[in-house]
Amino acid sequence: MLTITDLHATVGGGDNPKPILKGLTLHVPAGEIHAIMGPNGAGKSTLSNVLGGKPGYEVTGGSVEFRGQDLLALDPHERAAAGLFLGFQYPVEIPGVSNVQFLREALNSQRKARGEEPLSGGEFLKLAKEKAALLKMDMDMLKRQVNVGFSGGEKKRAEMVQMGILDPAFAVLDETDSGLDIDALRIVGAGINSIMRAPDKAVLLITHYQRLLDVVKPDKVSILADGRIVETGGPELALRLEAEGYDSVMA
Amino acid sequence: MTTATLPTRRDEAWRYADMDGVARLGVAALDQWQLIDVAAGDSVTRCMVVGSDAPELHRFRVTLGEGARAAFFVTNRGANYTRVEIEVRLAKGAHFEFGGVTIGGGSATREFVTQVVHAEPEATSNQTIRAVHWNTGIGNFLGEIKVARHAQKTDAAQDFKGLLLEAGASANAVPQLEIFADDVKCAHGATVGALDEGARFYMMARGLDPAAAQRLLVQAFIGDAFVSLDDEAEREALLDTALSALEGAQL
Ligand SMILES: Nc1ncnc2c1ncn2[C@@H]1O[C@H](COP(=O)(O)OP(=O)(O)OP(=O)(O)O)[C@@H](O)[C@H]1O
Ligand SMILES: [Mg+2]
Repeated sequence: MLTITDLHATVGGGDNPKPILKGLTLHVPAGEIHAIMGPNGAGKSTLSNVLGGKPGYEVTGGSVEFRGQDLLALDPHERAAAGLFLGFQYPVEIPGVSNVQFLREALNSQRKARGEEPLSGGEFLKLAKEKAALLKMDMDMLKRQVNVGFSGGEKKRAEMVQMGILDPAFAVLDETDSGLDIDALRIVGAGINSIMRAPDKAVLLITHYQRLLDVVKPDKVSILADGRIVETGGPELALRLEAEGYDSVMA
Repeated sequence: MTTATLPTRRDEAWRYADMDGVARLGVAALDQWQLIDVAAGDSVTRCMVVGSDAPELHRFRVTLGEGARAAFFVTNRGANYTRVEIEVRLAKGAHFEFGGVTIGGGSATREFVTQVVHAEPEATSNQTIRAVHWNTGIGNFLGEIKVARHAQKTDAAQDFKGLLLEAGASANAVPQLEIFADDVKCAHGATVGALDEGARFYMMARGLDPAAAQRLLVQAFIGDAFVSLDDEAEREALLDTALSALEGAQL
């Protein structure tokens, strides 16, 4: 579903762009949940941002194929319509715009790009209620402004409600577990399973901790260090990392 | 009373005016004041969309009796020099509310000029102005507040924010406070900035195309000016005409 080949990318424009991704290769087939772990500053969020097409990141080499298309040739909104979802490490606050309006416009833009009919206000609210309930989020939160005044954990939970509503084929989730309390972690983990565990979907799950993986149960685990995938294994790799740390596993 | 000559830029209230536009309006137009007297305890609300292909000048002289209230909500979307001037005199306990939006590209100047005279105690005024411009468009707000010596417990606020979608556009705010009483609250703020790129990318990552993302962000930005307008239909109409001016704006 997603094939990244020898990807090189820099961040920070001007005269001095900094190379972050340095020949990253990774294949995620449909039906797979693939966890990415790696030290701080290794380039995990950079990978996520490059896949999403965030301005300020420049691809200097390599390719990304997504569902048979050249992902890097698409604008960010076209990537979303093609089925890509980015769960942000730091979800953005948008004062003055309600979640309901934002998500309805987002969903209907995606549907339009795919040649589908827009959802009516009533249909959308029904869907939103269902997904909010799945993540045990109060519907009142959805009426509030996007992420404004949300706690760190609430923002992450709201990201998953957004994912549920938009129903992507592929999700890149960047530290969705950070900031969540113990109960919220289980709810979010179960939400990821229910929304994304399907033969025709896949997930790239960026995390630092085993506790989310206990719930989501990845098929594969890769270590990203210094801009490359340096090791790939099964779920046991994450357990080894948790027990021994990066230095000893990568040595 | 006739104005014998045209004003010049040396006149404080005409400092940022488009003098060619003023000349085309001519001396006669300068004498056209609309007089609005609001009797004690009464309330008046005016909603207006102004601006066309020709220069426009709209001048109001408002006198508020004791406990009276006047509210003006204006979308200024002129494609040529368009100036709205409001002079208000408030008696004891009166309230003046002003929400104004200037929006547009091209090279036109759109401006609001207010003179709010708190002539007696306990009157309040609140002014919220938003300016959204692109190309070499200009938005101005010149807001003068005068508080008479015995006008204690005056509460006067003005808030200006400019949003420039392109480097060539400009927004100017000139607050002018003349306060002769000592027990007075007078708040004024002015900021000018660009569109929040983080929010824009977040929206695009959820599937909104660049124009839709910009429209939603601008809607949220100018919405402040009309929040205190209770009539929902009027509010929608002012917002919609403002946002329709955005079509074809720089993305
Ligand atoms: N705008 C920028 N300008 C310069 N360097 C940057 C910029 N953004 C990120 N970096 C650097 O790029 C490197 C990779 O950052 P990235 O956010 O991808 O790391 P990460 O693997 O997600 O780390 P963490 O686990 O802490 O989230 C870091 O060294 C970071 O300081
Ligand atoms: Mg990160």
